[in-house]
Amino acid sequence: MLKVALIGAGKMGISHLSILGAHSKVKIVGVCDTSKMVIDILDKYSPFPCFTDYKKMIREAKPDAVFVAVPTKSHATIVKELLDQKIHVFVEKPFCLTPEQGEPLITLAQNNNLVNQVGYHNKFNGTFQEVNRLLKGNYIGEVSHFQGESYGPVVIKKQSYTWRSDPNEGGGCLLEYASHVIDLINHTLSPIVSVSGSVLKSIYSTTVEDAVYSLLNLSNNVTGVLSVNWSDETYRIMSTTITVMGSKGKIVSDANELKVYFKDSNTPEGYTKGWNIKHVTDLTDKVDFYLRGEEYSSQIDYFVKAVLGLVPNTINTFQSAWLTDKAIDMIKKSVK
Amino acid sequence: MDRILFGDNQFFAVNHISDEKSRAQAIKFKDDKAIINTLDIAIEAGINTFMCTTHDRIANVCNYVRSNPDKYKDFKIYPCMPYAHKYANAVTELGYVDTLRQYIPGNFFNSLFKGGIAVLSKDFLSIMELLIDAEMKMFKGINTPVIWLQNVITDLLLGLGMKDILLGFHHYVKKKYDAEAGFITMNMPKLLTVLEDGGVENPIICTSINKVGFRMSGGVALYEETLKTKRLRVVAMQVLAGGAIPSKEAIEYVCNLPNIESILFGASSKSHILETVHNINYFDEMHKTI
Repeated sequence: MLKVALIGAGKMGISHLSILGAHSKVKIVGVCDTSKMVIDILDKYSPFPCFTDYKKMIREAKPDAVFVAVPTKSHATIVKELLDQKIHVFVEKPFCLTPEQGEPLITLAQNNNLVNQVGYHNKFNGTFQEVNRLLKGNYIGEVSHFQGESYGPVVIKKQSYTWRSDPNEGGGCLLEYASHVIDLINHTLSPIVSVSGSVLKSIYSTTVEDAVYSLLNLSNNVTGVLSVNWSDETYRIMSTTITVMGSKGKIVSDANELKVYFKDSNTPEGYTKGWNIKHVTDLTDKVDFYLRGEEYSSQIDYFVKAVLGLVPNTINTFQSAWLTDKAIDMIKKSVK
Repeated sequence: MDRILFGDNQFFAVNHISDEKSRAQAIKFKDDKAIINTLDIAIEAGINTFMCTTHDRIANVCNYVRSNPDKYKDFKIYPCMPYAHKYANAVTELGYVDTLRQYIPGNFFNSLFKGGIAVLSKDFLSIMELLIDAEMKMFKGINTPVIWLQNVITDLLLGLGMKDILLGFHHYVKKKYDAEAGFITMNMPKLLTVLEDGGVENPIICTSINKVGFRMSGGVALYEETLKTKRLRVVAMQVLAGGAIPSKEAIEYVCNLPNIESILFGASSKSHILETVHNINYFDEMHKTI
């Protein structure tokens, strides 16, 4: 059994903990949060050993791997401590506040031969995996343009302070929300190498942006548009869409539905000329325990297997998440 | 439980296979009247149970049902709680403590806090009971014989090993509302073990049942084995696996399984509602004659 601990039992942390708790290869050896209420409830009702000091937890519980789901501001410090102690790390997205913070951690993880993963769960989503396969196989020909979009109802009125409204803590639509679709662009198309211009707009927030609009340039010279707004209440939940125009066809995909248009009959297997529609139900891998979407369980299962040496540690590595941090930094700097 | 239950996903833009369809549904069911009209079509087709989340707009449906007692005299509602997004959004915005403050009646909350946060966590079951009462308010005067815990909460608690809270829900619903507790889950075999160990006999579980194994954690074979060998009352949902299986084939599969007491489905159009009801009735008859 793999000994796993969690630092940060907020919304994402609790979700990870539940999936880990149900995993047949995992033993939870510690849960840590600074909220006394959360820890008291977990201590009383769950079977997991609880802590309020993560250093104490690491010393006493001696985990093989740790999930870090604290506000982004603290990622770099905590991840470094864990890597120094030869502990495998899964950290929530975004990786770090700046590319400078993240870069040394990539080397440290590699040098210490430790599994490192960041929680960009879209890479484990069936439709986006298929988009990646179609693009890597060059099936829609030469790409001329793309659009990466995310919309949802996170901040739909003026609100009081939370860490999400504090840019120094890692709040704001760019880091918290747009990072998902930026990471997806980096992964499925090609890494972003420069940004021609961006608009960061506050709609309800006073200290951070609620929307991000950018013109992006990729390493393969493809250009495209990023459009993200977390203050759009016409969406029930977050909806991320990737649209890619190619010389032989077009892809439009969100996390549930993939639409592909082929100009002629020279298509990959399972597709025909014209429009093709596939759903996540056909494309997703089955999981042993389901909580909020197969991708959340799959990413954790992949991490556990990587630590156990059953799969290579190649998806959502620190290195790939650092490229996303770098793109975020370029977007910030491109605001005129 | 009735053989056929009508669901509410289509009314609230919940669509597991298409974001685009979900937005179209939000437009179609903008007015409460559109929801009522569709419910009336379902009732005409012989469905008398509406299984729905505790979404704010259900309160309006309840008002309509209460003000037309003759028309809805046989009508039952199975509330499913909580409408998780309501709480999740509140937690993001307010944090855990202020979220509880928002949803729990004032005096009790303040008295809990007088003793500090420690009191709150030690009496978490009472908090849960207050939250159930808050969610049940909108159904006052309506027949609610089964009260459900939503899968996101059931499965969260299941993974966290918080079985006392799952059992607490079961006991409280029985005691306070003289109703049966139901659990919605995507992890039926695992949940059943926990409920059985906790002494819940013949539990009511709503879970995905379809021949392709969509959202059936552990796989089709384990589910079929559980249905054949264990005691439980199942409401089958997602029988069409989000559209992956043709309606007839999907329903034939479910109708031939043991321990499936009810089938839950939602649809927006009259033709879909009638077609599904017809198929269930047809395959039930076929199954009887075999």
